[in-house]
Amino acid sequence: MMFAGWELLRLSESVTLTINGQKYSAEKGKTILQVAVDNGIKIPTLCQHEEIEPYGACRLCIVEITKGTRNRIVTSCLYPVEEGLIVQTDSPAVVRNRKMLLDLLLTRCSENEVIRDLAGQYGVKTPSFREEYWEKHDCIVCGLCVRACEQVVGVSAISLVDRGIHKEPKPPYLEKAKNCIGCGSCYYVCPTHAIHMEDKNGVRRIDRWKVEFKLKKCSKCGIEWAPVAQLEYIRKKWNLPADFFDICPNCK
Amino acid sequence: MKSPQDLEKLQQTLSKKLDAGKPRISICNGTACRPYGSNPVAEAFKAEIEKRDLGNQLEFKVTGCHGFCERGPVAIVEPGNLFYQKIKVEDVPEIVEKTLKGETVSRLLFKAAETGKEVAGQNEVPFYRNQTRIVLGNNVRIDPTSIEDYIAIGGYSALSKALHTMQPDQIIDVIKQSGLRGRGGGGFPTGLKWETCRKAHGDIKYVIVNADEGDPGAYANEGLLSGNPHSVLEGLIIGAFAIGAHQGYVYVRNEYPLALKNINIAMQQAEKLGLLGKDILGSGFDFSVRINRGGGAFVCGESTALMASLEGKTGEPRAKYIHTVEKGLWDRPSDLNNVETWANIPLIISKGPEWFNSIGSKGNTGTKIFSLTGKVNNTGLVEVPMGIKLRDIIFDIGGGIRGNKKFKAVQTGGPSGGCLPEKLLDLAVDFDELTKAGSMMGSGGMIVMDEDNCMVDVARYFLTFLEEESCGKCVPCREGVKRMKQILTDITEGKGRESDLDLLKELSAHLKDSALCALGSSAPNPVLTTIKYFLDEYEAHIKQKKCPAGVCKSLIKFSIIDEKCPGCGMCVKICPAHAITDMGKKKPVILDQSKCIKCRTCYDVCRMGAVKIE
Repeated sequence: MMFAGWELLRLSESVTLTINGQKYSAEKGKTILQVAVDNGIKIPTLCQHEEIEPYGACRLCIVEITKGTRNRIVTSCLYPVEEGLIVQTDSPAVVRNRKMLLDLLLTRCSENEVIRDLAGQYGVKTPSFREEYWEKHDCIVCGLCVRACEQVVGVSAISLVDRGIHKEPKPPYLEKAKNCIGCGSCYYVCPTHAIHMEDKNGVRRIDRWKVEFKLKKCSKCGIEWAPVAQLEYIRKKWNLPADFFDICPNCK
Repeated sequence: MKSPQDLEKLQQTLSKKLDAGKPRISICNGTACRPYGSNPVAEAFKAEIEKRDLGNQLEFKVTGCHGFCERGPVAIVEPGNLFYQKIKVEDVPEIVEKTLKGETVSRLLFKAAETGKEVAGQNEVPFYRNQTRIVLGNNVRIDPTSIEDYIAIGGYSALSKALHTMQPDQIIDVIKQSGLRGRGGGGFPTGLKWETCRKAHGDIKYVIVNADEGDPGAYANEGLLSGNPHSVLEGLIIGAFAIGAHQGYVYVRNEYPLALKNINIAMQQAEKLGLLGKDILGSGFDFSVRINRGGGAFVCGESTALMASLEGKTGEPRAKYIHTVEKGLWDRPSDLNNVETWANIPLIISKGPEWFNSIGSKGNTGTKIFSLTGKVNNTGLVEVPMGIKLRDIIFDIGGGIRGNKKFKAVQTGGPSGGCLPEKLLDLAVDFDELTKAGSMMGSGGMIVMDEDNCMVDVARYFLTFLEEESCGKCVPCREGVKRMKQILTDITEGKGRESDLDLLKELSAHLKDSALCALGSSAPNPVLTTIKYFLDEYEAHIKQKKCPAGVCKSLIKFSIIDEKCPGCGMCVKICPAHAITDMGKKKPVILDQSKCIKCRTCYDVCRMGAVKIE
């Protein structure tokens, strides 16, 4: 994230806020969620990852804030802390809304284990909506895979395609994701295990992006440890010698 | 032009030319008059004037939208401020001849419904009589592609005044004192927005015109931007100077080709005359503008989505916990205002905040332009003082409901506005009252509905629109709107359950609390207002499985009332499903239920009232 000079000045300041009745001191510029996590307060999230810019799609991290006489619901992954802010992470309004979010997610992903578990924790066993509406998606369109690919890996091999109810992460032109290096970041960050990745017979497959990659064999132990394309990408980016990845990290 | 004096001199020359005392014909060639044939009519006028070599005796002007779209093509003739309607190419020679003689073409005048008599002057036509056209009024006086016309009527003098006699803070004070609120729907005080943007940290700032008006049935911004583009541009330059921005953007939806064309021409003309670009009017202030075309996503009318789109990204909104006036376009302080807001600025600078305060009501000063559409007699663009009653717009200006049907509801504020019932017809139309009633101002859509509209079906329609237009980023909007639409569809298909109403209300409350942007948080409005004001219709659908308005196909049955049917065969000919059989003259027709697709055509075509909807 880029910061202008005056923002750096602001960052070094600290503010005091109250979360669930307890006072905390926090660095200005941090979000409510970051401060909560720093202090061991649990707020559920699905679309957030510490290495990726917050997005605010799943809304599960909503909290209730009080400013003056006004209460409102905000997403804690995006809301920057302020002096004197009063935050409740599990107020009745928050819980009511979180339940509805999980109800909606469960209707979309009626057979997904992660969603079922999380919904269960909030007492949502079955969706409130009639059974004809239930769907069997695994993807909740949180965009973590797309954002990881862009912000962390830097290849932007996939993107969110279409809008509204048709929105989904997809490879360009719905063909093989040409820029994909097979690193699997999308697979690792996906909160609902909607992306399947399999390493078998020297090949890595990620079906969702229609890609297959040859795996590199360690010249010492013989383990197939990473896609050749990914290692080549890293090697070129950091200008490493041609034989740099011949041996796997374990044998080095 | 290098100084205010240059502009003044030019203005004097041009205004003399404009008010040369010659008879003048101004024909509307706005977007709504074109499909009625205004282009050939305008060409016919040009040809007639050329043929008879009347260039020196008669002034002819092709202008932007006059507002009374229902009666297009329309024209105004001076002297006399005569209002001609539904002009055809054949009428042109007569209009020219009589205008030269100072006579009137009576058959083209508007006939008042109450008296049946012709009304000559535009200001006496009920549609115009009750309007206050401070912003739209100039449309009839100028050719939108001519900067000379705009300057002749005093255009750019507000800019000159602002640049040469006022400090940025003074300008902001004037706008604050005027009480002007954002015309895009939110109603946020414009002066305060400018002030925050001016004070925000950062050397580079942006000003933006939001012309991505996407509400079904709304075209107020189109009429203004295509009909008087310089007024928007002048407001934008003044705003840029007040805020300290040197770059502006006009974001116009690509579905507005005329507005796009005219704002492009306006910009080029302004640049040529030194009203845009470097050292504007010798003031030392530099400002340039770029035009961006919207790609047809409704959500891009939302400020943060619009800015994302300007940056070349997907048009998705983001949370506004840090306001766009501090961190907007490319994370820089950005002030975005609606077309109509910008067009009000030169007027306020020229005439002063006190004048502006004298129009409208307290806390809601000035006028508002509405696109009056639906089941009303006089459709078109209307500009009214804020605080006017809904009844005055619909029944006085709008001339009441078509075909003497009964008024049922008026939907304001576009798809995420609300439907207001008859008992609220005396509601004052302003930002606060509409919101209190569960609707909103929006960008000025006003759709009138009559007894033939089913309110559950209306709610379903708007939710279908919103489902299609949701960006899909956040769960409440993407999933919530979809489920609401599914429930509403089920109700209209006779599959409604009594628990559905509670579920709809619960979902509505959830969307208001948790959706990421205003599209999601206001999406429940059509549902909540129809449940609140038309609960009986929901109950009829759910409990009795009946659609009282006779709209929802699954719940209605068409049949022939034998005693009333003379066997004329009109319905037989028009039925697209061949479901009606002619049994010979004077014998009632027979309708085959198994073939009927419930398209309502027979009902509409029957003059004897012999088709029954149950």
